[in-house]
Amino acid sequence: MSKTVKTLAVAASVAAAVTAATTHSVSAAGQEKCFGISLAGENDCAAGPGTTCAGTSTVDYQGNAWTLVDAGTCSDIELPALADGTPRTGSLEELSRDLPA
Amino acid sequence: MSIDQTEFRTAMLDAEVAVPEGLLDGHGNPAGRRFSVYRNNVAVSLTEALETGFPVIAKLLGDANFKPIAGLFLRQSPPSAPVMMHYGAAFPGFLRGFEPLQHLGYLPDVAKVELALRRAYHAEDAQAIAPDALGQIDPEQLPLATFTFAPAMELIRSDWPIYDIWAYNMIEGAPKPQSRPQDVLILRPEFDPAPHALPAGGADFITAMRQGQTLGDAAESAENMVENFDLGTVLGLLLTNGAITQIAIEDKL
Amino acid sequence: MFDAPENMPALPHKPGVGYKPQHFTEIMENPDPVAWLEVHAENYMGHGGRPLAQIRHLAERFPISVHGVGLSIGGEAPLDPEHLARLKHLVSWLKPTVFSEHLAWSTHGGEYFNDLLPLPYTKATLTRVAEHIDQLQNTIGRQMLLENPSSYLAFAESTWSEPDFLRELANRTGCGLLLDVNNVFVSATNLDYDPRSYINDYPLEAVGEIHLGGHDEDEDDHGKPLLIDSHGAEVVDPVWSLLDHTLSLSGPRPILVEWDTDVPEWPVLAKECQRAAAALIKVPA
Repeated sequence: MSKTVKTLAVAASVAAAVTAATTHSVSAAGQEKCFGISLAGENDCAAGPGTTCAGTSTVDYQGNAWTLVDAGTCSDIELPALADGTPRTGSLEELSRDLPA
Repeated sequence: MSIDQTEFRTAMLDAEVAVPEGLLDGHGNPAGRRFSVYRNNVAVSLTEALETGFPVIAKLLGDANFKPIAGLFLRQSPPSAPVMMHYGAAFPGFLRGFEPLQHLGYLPDVAKVELALRRAYHAEDAQAIAPDALGQIDPEQLPLATFTFAPAMELIRSDWPIYDIWAYNMIEGAPKPQSRPQDVLILRPEFDPAPHALPAGGADFITAMRQGQTLGDAAESAENMVENFDLGTVLGLLLTNGAITQIAIEDKL
Repeated sequence: MFDAPENMPALPHKPGVGYKPQHFTEIMENPDPVAWLEVHAENYMGHGGRPLAQIRHLAERFPISVHGVGLSIGGEAPLDPEHLARLKHLVSWLKPTVFSEHLAWSTHGGEYFNDLLPLPYTKATLTRVAEHIDQLQNTIGRQMLLENPSSYLAFAESTWSEPDFLRELANRTGCGLLLDVNNVFVSATNLDYDPRSYINDYPLEAVGEIHLGGHDEDEDDHGKPLLIDSHGAEVVDPVWSLLDHTLSLSGPRPILVEWDTDVPEWPVLAKECQRAAAALIKVPA
């Protein structure tokens, strides 16, 4: 690209971007617009509920003994792999075929 | 008989280990399930921290899968510092290495987006340039401009449609992700970080600008990577979201 | 021993509330009857963004109490120098009216457990905790308040009662105390002793702040009540009575209402604080 062409292209892009940006307004300290991030990773000094749930359920993960249940939105998403070209889906049904019995 | 904190910790994180002797109720009887209060507190509080910190991963996997996976992760990688805002930095690596999730190859990169959103939320404040500041520069000089970016800006490159996956789970009515590589730029105008999908070449352009290259050189290198690189869209994104904090014109000499 | 300056700044003898970011607008508009705010130190250790912007606004209007939840003062290992530095930085720019931490441990072997874990009340613990309090007070250059824990179990090896242990720590280090009345009620129920006797034995003259919060009810292996300090409900009537008993002995004190899980809308918290204000009105100054 010649210097003149580069200059013109950059200037045109900048002009378009500046027009778009000057109409933007700002938000105040009190208004949350983010996606729950404000409460992510807060420290507190409260105890969890009761004595039984997560603390005493032992997680037994030994190789393929793990069983995933079909419960999340990943079941809706089908994405063939990109790098190696091998088609795969993102669903959990696929997992039961992948895992040795 | 004294109980050291190593013994307490071992029994607390592994419910198969016996409750340490010498822990009692109010009448000299063994503490029994009273000890489970601590087992439960640690597991519940760290699981909840991961759920609030990785809402998209939690939705993708569903509660029934996420909770036990969090239980594994928190025992393997408890927080290394008492500042919970940073907890979970090792989660993308854990997801990548976790055999039963290998078919969901996009999870680690989606987790990286969620971590970056949190980093951006807590990043240092910076005064953005006026949106028309670039317009004030002589067009002849523009290709020589270099940028300083806001500390809150985060770039995540991926072979997966990570923005579309994020949006599908977080924005009502967002379309189903289609198979394509996608780079995400996180920007924080004022205090609310949000991810943006970059057009092809955008990540190359921003990486070059971050390294101190001039606007002209960075645009050219992005154009060399991608035909019809859309510089205007990327600049618009940066200016609209207060991502540029300083412009300098490189001395021609 | 930390020599506190003569005129230590103190919180007003009025209700305060554990600050939650979702209540920012309400608190800025009409905080009544809340006269001061408490924040958890660790939530303000980022580099910027909304949390720091909010606390700067709030600190212009309210006395702030910084309540640390992660220092692990009872830990066997030396205090984490990086965390001490973070606390020092926060205290130096925010200049809170008081700083408090817990009689508990939470970090071991470089792992943080996000919970307040219990300590045996022995000579060894006393020596270690006193050293850590000295170190903290010298680092931040001011007196700290130390909070009594909620107990779910007791250590066979303990040789001190909790009130005596806290009195001795205050005497040795010059620290003040933060008396959590709900924690006293929870511990007394769980370990089957009289909460009023605990308060009667407690060094109330060292108390710079009182905490109140809600708890959950569970059972131990023998079907006996096991209360959990969940901070997820209203303060129960017996705890309000125990507060009245405490204030009748101590005189008025700053009283904080804590609500950390299932945090309600602002009016519910304000109502709890009204009740704390009413308890203070009954006490002769």
